[in-house]
Amino acid sequence: MDVTSLQTSGRTGAPAGRRPAPPRPGHRGRRSPAASVGLHTALVVASLIAVFPVFWVLVTSFKPDSRAIEASPSLVNGSSLDNYARILAGEKGDFLAWFGNSLLIAGLTTVLAVMLAASTGYAVSRFTFPGGRGLLFFFLVVQMFPFAVLIVPLYNLLLSLGLQGSAGGLVLVYCTTAVPFCTYMLKGYFDGIPREIDEAGRMDGLSPFGVFWRLMLPLARPGLAVTGFYAFITAWGEVAFASAFLSAADESKTLAVGLQVFVQQNRTEWGHLAAASILVAIPAAVVFYLVQRFLVSGLAAGSVKG
Amino acid sequence: MAGVSYVKASRVYPGNPPVRAVDQLDLEISDGEFLVLVGPSGSGKSTALRMLAGLEDVDEGAIHIGGTDVTHTPPKGRDIAMVFQSYALYPHMTVGENMGFALKLRRVPKETIKAKVAEAAKMLDLTPYLDRKPKALSGGQRQRVAMGRAIVREPAVFLMDEPLSNLDAKLRVETRANIAALQARLGTTTIYVTHDQVEAQTMGHRVAVLKDGLLQQCDTPRNLYEQPANAFVAGFIGSPAMNLKTVALTSEGAVLDGLTVPLPRSVVAGHDAKTITFGVRPESLRLAGGDEAGMKLTVDLVEELGADAYVYGSVDIGGTSERFIVRTDGRTPPSIGSTVTVTLRDDNEVHLFHPETGARLETTKAAPTA
Repeated sequence: MDVTSLQTSGRTGAPAGRRPAPPRPGHRGRRSPAASVGLHTALVVASLIAVFPVFWVLVTSFKPDSRAIEASPSLVNGSSLDNYARILAGEKGDFLAWFGNSLLIAGLTTVLAVMLAASTGYAVSRFTFPGGRGLLFFFLVVQMFPFAVLIVPLYNLLLSLGLQGSAGGLVLVYCTTAVPFCTYMLKGYFDGIPREIDEAGRMDGLSPFGVFWRLMLPLARPGLAVTGFYAFITAWGEVAFASAFLSAADESKTLAVGLQVFVQQNRTEWGHLAAASILVAIPAAVVFYLVQRFLVSGLAAGSVKG
Repeated sequence: MAGVSYVKASRVYPGNPPVRAVDQLDLEISDGEFLVLVGPSGSGKSTALRMLAGLEDVDEGAIHIGGTDVTHTPPKGRDIAMVFQSYALYPHMTVGENMGFALKLRRVPKETIKAKVAEAAKMLDLTPYLDRKPKALSGGQRQRVAMGRAIVREPAVFLMDEPLSNLDAKLRVETRANIAALQARLGTTTIYVTHDQVEAQTMGHRVAVLKDGLLQQCDTPRNLYEQPANAFVAGFIGSPAMNLKTVALTSEGAVLDGLTVPLPRSVVAGHDAKTITFGVRPESLRLAGGDEAGMKLTVDLVEELGADAYVYGSVDIGGTSERFIVRTDGRTPPSIGSTVTVTLRDDNEVHLFHPETGARLETTKAAPTA
């Protein structure tokens, strides 16, 4: 989930508004019927491959655990809303508490990461300061360490800061991955906003911070939305750090950690796991829905000649 | 409203050697004046303007606005408005919000802002577009919004950085006249940067010509045209450009092929070099009739503009082929490839410059002595 979301947001987020124009129907864009059939077949197959796992999780989420895995699978087999009811009632663990923890941690990560990344990205894009170029390189290097290597040093760090086991500590850990990436993206975004707009703002009476706050942030809204989405997804679906850095108490788990109760040593409660997964996916889908219009829009159009 | 003065103001970019983008600029711009800064690319004209705006540091010297030293004042404290080449409108605001933004920042009451924006919009024919976003406007409309944003503020000084270069030719001529008229009406001191000498000559009360960061000359358009201070200004101002040739100097005068131009004795006597840079505008040359002496010009190209025609051709001077441009009557231009004889309309209509320094050698039109 983490890897795919990164790729998606990376691709769609890169300077919106500069996407290639859709192929116009006309003499040059016309395809032969055979090519058309081939293209659509390929697209349909690819879509099915992408959608099927999610669809099957949805189907499974209504089945009792015992009938989730069968030799001849069927769409409906004793299906009911029982799995959902039991999960929400807290029979399998304090699901609502996990949900709250995840929302809090992912929400804080998003806000903190976007705020830090926006100001850093703007500074790197507009000002020259000692170490400005090195900073970006450093950000890239930080991204190159595998997560597993980081767990022990980060654990020690959090311990010495007294943040081990707290949600705040986890938020900071998530920011270490989210902030560099978001900074990179937002720097690119700010680079795309003409410098004259800053200057016009200065002439109109804004302080440098005023330019950032009243002109740059509104103009970078698509970029902010994309980076916010990335930061949210990073924190929302993450397991390794969350299980290492949060206390083992059931009520302090995040969703991704909590889901492990359905996977036990000798059996897996597939129906419950699927139902919980669907519930977990809802907030992520909502966030995506909120930002999707920004993923493709270019707000900076029309500011200068064009 | 206020006057502006540059006092030996310099902008030096670090490097090896350091680049003096604007070098010891001394300029006095009086209250209500329309001054045009003109020069080729890299001449420092935009930098000079941005120094006044507070967008570039002033490394040496000082800048005063209305008698106050603003050398180190941030842009917001200078009471100036600027129109950018790219317009730099705020894309997320409507036309009305764009124009009223500066007043909003100064916490001017909403009704006042609305009234002032409406007034400026009326002046610029923007009233129907006040609720539109910049991207829904044409290039000319965007340009007017940028002007409106400056006007609404009623600043002490307007700064304009090539505000017309993104418009098409027809609109540019139209807007040129509108800006000049608007400036005359508002009476606000205006500094205008352009690389287009026609714009400079038609709009400015005075024109300052810059080259390589150095002020070459600052004078009225007419004086620049008639009394260019050096060969650079002579070649830069005027379209088509002045014919500038460095030719041999004899006791009779400057020798151009079959034509020897008599020069004032004061110039010949005070000048010890063997050559002289000789300049003559295309309209100061004419086709010679009959057996008059003159330069033999081989016609390469004829530009017919209707009333006039410009003849581009080459003349053999001292073994090298030199290009000349001659203005002739538009009805009877010579044909391409033919050879015509060209002479001066008036021996006084020549400009003389030092062949090395380029400085003007003659400041007044002395009567020829030869």
